[in-house]
Amino acid sequence: MAASMRLLLRRVIRYSHRDINVTAAGAAGRSGCCWGPSTCRCSSDDAGDRSTHFGFETVPETEKAKKVYKVFENVAQKYDTMNDAMSLGVHRLWKDVLLHVMHPQPGAQLLDVAGGTGDISFRFLEYVRSQQERQKRRAARSMQTPSWGDISSNYSSSEDEVSPQESRAVVCDINKEMLRVGKQKADSMGVTAGLSWVAGDAEELPFDDDRFDIYTIAFGIRNVTHIDQALQEALRVLKPGGRFMCLEFSKVTNPVLSRLYDAYSFNMIPVLGEVIAGDWKSYQYLVESIRKFPDQEEFKHMIEDAGFYCVKYYNLTGGVVALHSGFKL
Amino acid sequence: MLLPVLLGRLNRLHYILISKAVCVHQVHSSSSVCADSCYDGLYPGHIHTTPFQKAMLALGSGVAALQDPYRHDMVAVLGETTGHLALMNIRDKMRNDPEGYTILTERPRIRLSTLDLKELASLPDGSFGREYLRFLEENLVTPDSRADVKYVDDEELAYVMQRYREVHDLLHTLLGMPTNMLGEVAVKWFEAAQTGLPMCALGAVLGPLRLNARRLQSLFTSLGPWALQNGHRSRCVLSIFYERRWAQSIEDLRKELNIEPPPVILTATNRRNI
Repeated sequence: MAASMRLLLRRVIRYSHRDINVTAAGAAGRSGCCWGPSTCRCSSDDAGDRSTHFGFETVPETEKAKKVYKVFENVAQKYDTMNDAMSLGVHRLWKDVLLHVMHPQPGAQLLDVAGGTGDISFRFLEYVRSQQERQKRRAARSMQTPSWGDISSNYSSSEDEVSPQESRAVVCDINKEMLRVGKQKADSMGVTAGLSWVAGDAEELPFDDDRFDIYTIAFGIRNVTHIDQALQEALRVLKPGGRFMCLEFSKVTNPVLSRLYDAYSFNMIPVLGEVIAGDWKSYQYLVESIRKFPDQEEFKHMIEDAGFYCVKYYNLTGGVVALHSGFKL
Repeated sequence: MLLPVLLGRLNRLHYILISKAVCVHQVHSSSSVCADSCYDGLYPGHIHTTPFQKAMLALGSGVAALQDPYRHDMVAVLGETTGHLALMNIRDKMRNDPEGYTILTERPRIRLSTLDLKELASLPDGSFGREYLRFLEENLVTPDSRADVKYVDDEELAYVMQRYREVHDLLHTLLGMPTNMLGEVAVKWFEAAQTGLPMCALGAVLGPLRLNARRLQSLFTSLGPWALQNGHRSRCVLSIFYERRWAQSIEDLRKELNIEPPPVILTATNRRNI
């Protein structure tokens, strides 16, 4: 214990001139700001090699995707259990809010990027199904006392009625292990209709232009190496009028909550990772990557730069999570 | 009242996290491939933890190990987070013993890659090496299933912990205990008396809860007292350079260590992996 403190002290003194801004800032929420989001994303210092951040580490850009893949491959089996344990079940509420804000209508085509174990897609199909039920009930009620005009138009239209397009959800994830776990979940829940699983990279989606009504990416975009490319791809595959929605961990505005949140993140989450999933390092990466992600306003500007309109964000749980939304016009 | 303590810890945490990040920055900016030789910490696999994190780990791993005793990684984490004083004790004992001191300097590891199984098989029956090989075969265990040490913040103590884990199977051979529940509990009692590691003590106390009445009786009347007595009076088992004593007769080794042969002969009836 004493040896480690001495080692620590020596390191701190040696690097204190580099860290003085960071430690003086105090509030943990700002601990990543000394890197500055734009500089840390690509700093071309070592011989033309572009480097980026992997948590608090700096790695070459080519390495980051591989390391992230490794992390999610390791945690895939216990992913859902860990989410419940770390957020005390609150992540379910966040995802429910996403669906309520989305308010999809029957016939909507959803692309769920970094969908992994399928949480958003399952909720989407459930929502759309209940919307469909509601519409049918409403139609049945309104048909209680039909007029002669209604009856005759019903006869003529029933022959060549265009069946309403079924809502479909496509789960796209770069990690095959996560997709496997998601498929297993779907099979055990008995959800198969309207769901497909595709392995693909958010920076280079394997879909045609103008295909989807809604594009969601929940807790995935901070793991992407080039966020702007992912946003460009999102714009490409959405139909005109389509909606981009992103759930992601963000900056907590309240300073007291921020310190509690940081204490919880850095002390409890890796411990939970070790005890439940047997993997400390992956969950250390998780909490560090949250700190490196741009804050609400900056991410909003990034989405606007990619070409989306009417971009707004909603803070959930005091800013722990932010829901960003934009439209392609 | 808790808040200033928390805030103080948080500031310390910042130092740790930022210094770690900066150190790693040095490591990674020079090479993009992270091999075994380039690691973050005092030894490969080392993870820095604050005292609070260690406490939480000890609590969490304790609960997890109790719920599922087959989670050996949790037992390992519990041992590492609670064993600091005991490890220092053992290390000092090893330093004071000439053979133990050799072990601390040479740092031998017991792994399938370092063991010559053919040579062990060719040794005569009754020799330590042959009996160890027989133990591995009958109980279907392998020396490679030991978790690496992660949470010990001193590199020498981490080696002592690793050595303790690797010597565990050899202890089974020396004591003549199989890897079923009764055998494991008996070895735990011996280890608790020998090493003083809290994890061994916990295992020694809670292990018997899973035994049936007949085995409990055997434990409390003959095996248990034998294990405890021998644990106390035997020489420090971690100070023996086992790798150089494969050809030695097991009876000879027991006499040298001051261990009596077991009062009850147990056989490997339950097939379990360690």
